[in-house]
Amino acid sequence: MDYQVVILAGGFSSNLVPLVSKEVPKALLPVANRPVLSYVLDLLESSNLKDLIVVVEGEDAALKVGGWISSACVDRLHVEVAAVAENVGTAGALRAIAHHLTAKDILIVSGDIVSDISPGAVAATHRRHDASVTAMLCTEPVSGPSESGGAGGKDKSKKPACYDIIGLDSSKQFLLYIATGAEIKKDTRLKKSILCAAGKMEIRSDLMDSHLYAFKRSVLQEVLDQKPTFRSLKQDVLPYLVRTQLKSEVFSDEKSVEENGNGNGKNNMQSNEVVLSQILSNASLPSFHQVYESGLNSRKTHKCCVYIADESKYCVRLNSIQAFMDVNRDVIGDANHLSGYSFSAHHNIVHPSAELGSKTTVGPHCMLGEGSQVGDKCSVKRSVIGRHCRIGSNVKVVNSVVMDHVTIGDGCSIQGSVICSNAQLQERVALRDCQVEAGYVVCAGGEHKGETFARK
Amino acid sequence: MESRRNPRAVVDPKVRQVGFFTSSSQPDSTPQPDPIAPASHPVSSISPSGNSLSPVMIPPPRHNSSDTFPLRAAAASAVSPSSFSYSSRRDFPDGSTTASPGRVSRGSFAKSSVPAASSLPGVGMDSMAAATSSSVPASRLTTVSIVNMPPGLTEKASGKQVQSDQMKNSKPLKEKTTKAERRALQEAQRAAKAAAKAEGGKAPLVTSGSVASTSKAAKPAKPSSQKNEGAVAAGPSEKDRKKDAPHPRMQYDDESRVVKAKRRAVVKQTEAKNRVELFRHLPQYEHGTQLPDLETKFFQLDPMHPAVYKVGLQYISGDISGGNARCIAMLQAFQEVVRDYSTPPEKTLNRDMTAKISSYVSFLIECRPLSVSMGNAIRFVKNRIAKLPITLAEYEAKAALQSDIERFINEKIIMADNVIVKHAVSKIRDGDVLLTYGAATAVEMVLLHAHELRKKFRVLVVDSRPKLEGQLLLRRLIKRGINCTYTHINAISYIMHEVTKVFLGASSVLSNGTVYSRVGTACVAMVASAFRVPVLVCCEAYKFHERVQLDSICSNELGDPNAISKVHGREDINYLDGLTNNANLQFLNLMYDATPSDYISMIITDYGMVPPTSVPVIVREYQKEHLLV
Repeated sequence: MDYQVVILAGGFSSNLVPLVSKEVPKALLPVANRPVLSYVLDLLESSNLKDLIVVVEGEDAALKVGGWISSACVDRLHVEVAAVAENVGTAGALRAIAHHLTAKDILIVSGDIVSDISPGAVAATHRRHDASVTAMLCTEPVSGPSESGGAGGKDKSKKPACYDIIGLDSSKQFLLYIATGAEIKKDTRLKKSILCAAGKMEIRSDLMDSHLYAFKRSVLQEVLDQKPTFRSLKQDVLPYLVRTQLKSEVFSDEKSVEENGNGNGKNNMQSNEVVLSQILSNASLPSFHQVYESGLNSRKTHKCCVYIADESKYCVRLNSIQAFMDVNRDVIGDANHLSGYSFSAHHNIVHPSAELGSKTTVGPHCMLGEGSQVGDKCSVKRSVIGRHCRIGSNVKVVNSVVMDHVTIGDGCSIQGSVICSNAQLQERVALRDCQVEAGYVVCAGGEHKGETFARK
Repeated sequence: MESRRNPRAVVDPKVRQVGFFTSSSQPDSTPQPDPIAPASHPVSSISPSGNSLSPVMIPPPRHNSSDTFPLRAAAASAVSPSSFSYSSRRDFPDGSTTASPGRVSRGSFAKSSVPAASSLPGVGMDSMAAATSSSVPASRLTTVSIVNMPPGLTEKASGKQVQSDQMKNSKPLKEKTTKAERRALQEAQRAAKAAAKAEGGKAPLVTSGSVASTSKAAKPAKPSSQKNEGAVAAGPSEKDRKKDAPHPRMQYDDESRVVKAKRRAVVKQTEAKNRVELFRHLPQYEHGTQLPDLETKFFQLDPMHPAVYKVGLQYISGDISGGNARCIAMLQAFQEVVRDYSTPPEKTLNRDMTAKISSYVSFLIECRPLSVSMGNAIRFVKNRIAKLPITLAEYEAKAALQSDIERFINEKIIMADNVIVKHAVSKIRDGDVLLTYGAATAVEMVLLHAHELRKKFRVLVVDSRPKLEGQLLLRRLIKRGINCTYTHINAISYIMHEVTKVFLGASSVLSNGTVYSRVGTACVAMVASAFRVPVLVCCEAYKFHERVQLDSICSNELGDPNAISKVHGREDINYLDGLTNNANLQFLNLMYDATPSDYISMIITDYGMVPPTSVPVIVREYQKEHLLV
């Protein structure tokens, strides 16, 4: 279908700092014991997209991600990994691989999306409208029922809640305005010309840009070339394209070349082409772009479209610790069709090789990885426990994520926390809304709330 | 040689099924009328063997270009490997399984044919690191995972693929047994019914009831096998689709056929529940369900060409409507198809391309029923393909086809419109009041040209819900400074007093002079003839058809019923809210109607101004030339 897929897998995201480390780049963070990148790859594979370019920030991360992909996806996908310098931003990353892009349209997917929305729908919308850029919007995820998420979790969830402000036309097909909520302090500016042309604008804050875009390659490359200062797709490129949609600068060169070429050619042919395009455009319902264009002959326009995903679909980006917890909870809970596991009658997954002690209960929406041992009288609720963990007796794990090879001593109580790989909790530690870095040892008997354990 | 070429000269019989064609579109003057039947057989018997899709996707070759990118050669001193396995460096956290290097390298050998050095796993990575660490902005791609080639090309296949092959091989066997079972069951039932039934089963149609019942029993096996196929080949294969392209004149009240067609359909078609009894034979689907479903399948329909897919989406969403525009869009898509076409091995261009076009056409029919103009255009394209000399090289054949399509667009549509404009303008005099209905391209051109000639006239644009196309026409006319009046069709009898001529467009003109056009045209023409106002129909000759139609019931198109039950922008008119699914209420949104020739004074076409009775002459005399162009 003449699409190329670029996955922006990021590097070591600072938002997720105790969870990611040199060993675990963001793309490999486990969601239900599978790297988050695998969800994107699965989604693309289910859409029959098997030629992928994965862009990773930093060489170390690229090595790790590449290693994982080559072990997991061999024979299934044709994946190429490109390493770009750190902190170049998404636009910079694309600039670095721009010379590899050859297809007519480019599908850009963020590597941290956990979703079941078919990217084909976005691509098809893009094609149908012949748009310059199409963004996928999904409804803002309800930050799940955090009944025991605690105050600490809520504090965190408040901060990254960068609700996007999105302006749509009345048909809900075109993007008229976009800004991230964090940018808007007090007031914001709208283009009057866009507002006049569209006639009516619907401003919504309940939609979220899900970082899945389809770009016309020529437009994308031209913008990246013309504006070397642009760093981020979402914050720079997309708003720029939306802003300039009625006085497009990206096509100016192309068109003039075309006109010159036609001028030299046969006059008859050209007039035929004009008639043809006129018939075509007259027959279709004109979008406001065309109406505007016909009003002012000199102006060129391009279209910025949106695909609004169905509300029943699931789409979350893993870009904060809170989101990490939510995604883990949802994938083994409400959105368990994404996980790819088959759930037992108790709505949980306990690997056959996992050992449970006597009087230990594993509640619904839980997951216990292979080779993990849980001692006596433990209780696991709504949590993910990784592979080869050793959990002592009388341990309570609620609403938490425990990664691989974690050792938890007797009598611990863990609520709403993330414990990274190889960490160790000694006896009678009580954690509430904490994050424990990989390999960290939490001393016995402490009671902690809302803390981050990391080596300095 | 001659004997081989003759059957090919005869069109694939599918051609006739496209569009609204009846049985005898094949001109009898074709030198060999006999080989029609045999000619159809090789096509259908050859294609199943060759057309089966490979189970595994072959990656497109464009990544080879990234392999040969100059930077790579500059950075690496030696020929850097295009792929290598990471099995030697496994410090990632969950390294449970690692790739076997042999497999990876085999894939790379097969795919990119770059001398891949899987024995030096480190080199490529080091060179890559060197390239990026020296702050070269452009980064390089490292292939980390490769899809294996299909087993037909590589000598060995991995275990998984063998398995899938076995599954595939066992599938037809399974189907065969079910078929045998079904046969046995049918036989038994037939025997049981033989006594009761006077006309014991001679035709399958008679036993269609039993077929339906038995097919229900066999159903559990069927979907699973189809699912298998879908997983492997992603969607119904081209061959299947071609075989079961819904006949354009399929009677949609024939349930068994509808079920059969639906099984093959690409577009998910939920049929509307409350349909008007008289129009049951026409397809009507729940609008709004098709587009999202088709969109999600965007990447899964593999044999589909992107351009065709785009046109299909535009048909379904209504972005393109109108006979000329739809035809042009389709032909332009076909041009792109031809441009990107390359003959698969062991096939001939003529046959394979015809099959391809047929499968695309059946997809387009699923998106929206074809118009007559499109049917004629498709017939033309297929005819050109079939007539290509077999000695032509592929690029020559492609160029010839592209120029043929180009010529069709230019001559049959654009030039025809110009001629029509010239003829029609001669009928416009100063002081005329012209009435037009809807937004016909030809009529619009006539009006604009007459205005350019400084003729003084006034235009009455009559419009109707729900499409309100007239408003678009009105907008364009006013922009040019033409004096217009706009009204809805309700007021037609009042406004007709002042009209001196009526100009109408047409979707098709049938050979009894009936004009098949946007719904409402017949009403306008009837009122005009009652007021003795001349009715002039502007229609390009490529829209003519030899079919005879007496009413607008037997062949028509049903639009979205919601379009007439809801009024856009008027929230206060919601009297029908909640009644949409009421069993006592049926919506009928017809798209076309047939205007009898009695109401039409003259048809303006590219062959001149003719009375409606002369249409069969044009069809007869120019049909041959029309096909040969």
